[in-house]
Amino acid sequence: MATYYSEDHEWITVEGDVATLGITKHAADQLGEVVFVEQRETGDEFEKGGEIGVIESVKAASEIYAPLDGEVVEVNETLADNPGALNESPEGDAWIYKIKLSDASQLDDLMDLDGYKALIG
Amino acid sequence: MTDAPKRTPLYDLHVELGGKIVDFAGWEMPVQYPMGIMGEHKQCREKAALFDVSHMGQVILRGDNVGEKLESLCPQAFATLKEGKARYGFFTNDDGGIMDDLIVSNAGDHYFVVVNAALRHQDIPHMQANLDGVEVTEIFDRALVAVQGPKAEDVVGELCPAARELKFMETALADIGGVECRISRLGYTGEDGYEISIPEADAIRVSKLFLAHDDCEPAGLGARDSLRLEAGLCLYGNDIDQSTSPIEASLSWAIQKRRKEDGGFPGAARVQKELAEGAAKKLVGIKPEGRAPARQGVEIQSESGDTLGAITSGSFGPTVGGPVAMGYVAADHGAAGTKVNLIIRGKAQPAEIVALPFVTQNYKR
Repeated sequence: MATYYSEDHEWITVEGDVATLGITKHAADQLGEVVFVEQRETGDEFEKGGEIGVIESVKAASEIYAPLDGEVVEVNETLADNPGALNESPEGDAWIYKIKLSDASQLDDLMDLDGYKALIG
Repeated sequence: MTDAPKRTPLYDLHVELGGKIVDFAGWEMPVQYPMGIMGEHKQCREKAALFDVSHMGQVILRGDNVGEKLESLCPQAFATLKEGKARYGFFTNDDGGIMDDLIVSNAGDHYFVVVNAALRHQDIPHMQANLDGVEVTEIFDRALVAVQGPKAEDVVGELCPAARELKFMETALADIGGVECRISRLGYTGEDGYEISIPEADAIRVSKLFLAHDDCEPAGLGARDSLRLEAGLCLYGNDIDQSTSPIEASLSWAIQKRRKEDGGFPGAARVQKELAEGAAKKLVGIKPEGRAPARQGVEIQSESGDTLGAITSGSFGPTVGGPVAMGYVAADHGAAGTKVNLIIRGKAQPAEIVALPFVTQNYKR
């Protein structure tokens, strides 16, 4: 299962035509302690580059941007009651959306782990 | 030309302790340490936390009748402030707005004033221009460190037994670790604690003596903000500014009876009118019902959709365990228990006006 990374510090894993999306540990560490996550609903359409939610830490609010076009097929509802999971397990249990991809070729614009590591230095 | 960010005498200690450094009012300050804002906040509520507040302006006033002269700039009764006592106050402008808030201490042979970091360049010339016969000197060679929390008396008292004898809003000179410090029992967290003015050269050494105590950990500006917000304490620039009057800001408690009655400070006409008739708007506590924090600038609406005002400070309150905020509302909607809506990212989120503070203040009176 391939993992991709966006410049907005998201990770994306793909199985068939469904992508699971979350934020990287680097992003979670930068945000600080997450206290609230605002998510879209199942069935919502995402357009690459559009705002698809907000993560609030004690310090500030940060938008999440769609790395790909697609439709939300599942929302991780556990984050509503346990937003702190984004600090504990951002690249595991605390995924944010599962998205049915509209155009798998958009994956080509994303980075692999080596590229992402180079981005964050 | 822009000024390079300034560093306090404790900068090297912040770096050594893993502090995450940000620019705050032109100062390189730690927003948090590895413990994180929530942990540092709880540390302060449950044990003790050490904050560097050296970016604030420390000023010495010398001359005859300094307290009386300060009354021409501030609505506080500083003429009757006894030696060894500190008092919260503010400079008002001619329109009755707040120019800055400050702490004034009567140190016997002088007065010691602490003003906000960002406003020292306004406040010091303001005092120099208006306090006739008073020598106004900013101190640049002393750090200011706050030790706050229910264990602060133990942390400071073990090194300085005299600290235990001070009550809330009292100040004294005392030896800590072989150096004379000005120690004042007050703070900005809602907890018991001290602010300690330490000679620059000894600041890191003395801070490490406090941090050597098992119950004391360093805390940054992030926790300082969430602590003061839960305690219902105003932040200049957010909750109070040149346009807001002390009565609007629910600070009438900080104006002593004689000054309310006699006036004689800038903007007294407005302040006395608002005391008599009420102000049009009022600073209140606001408790969002959901989990979304309401930040500065969020619109406050009545349940029927009328604009009532805006949030001036809002964040997550770690001790409350949910979002907390302060903001101005039309005075006729300011009663505790009033239901309002907060417009967060275009959506109305229910909230309630509540009495401040959000947590019980824990001062040693």
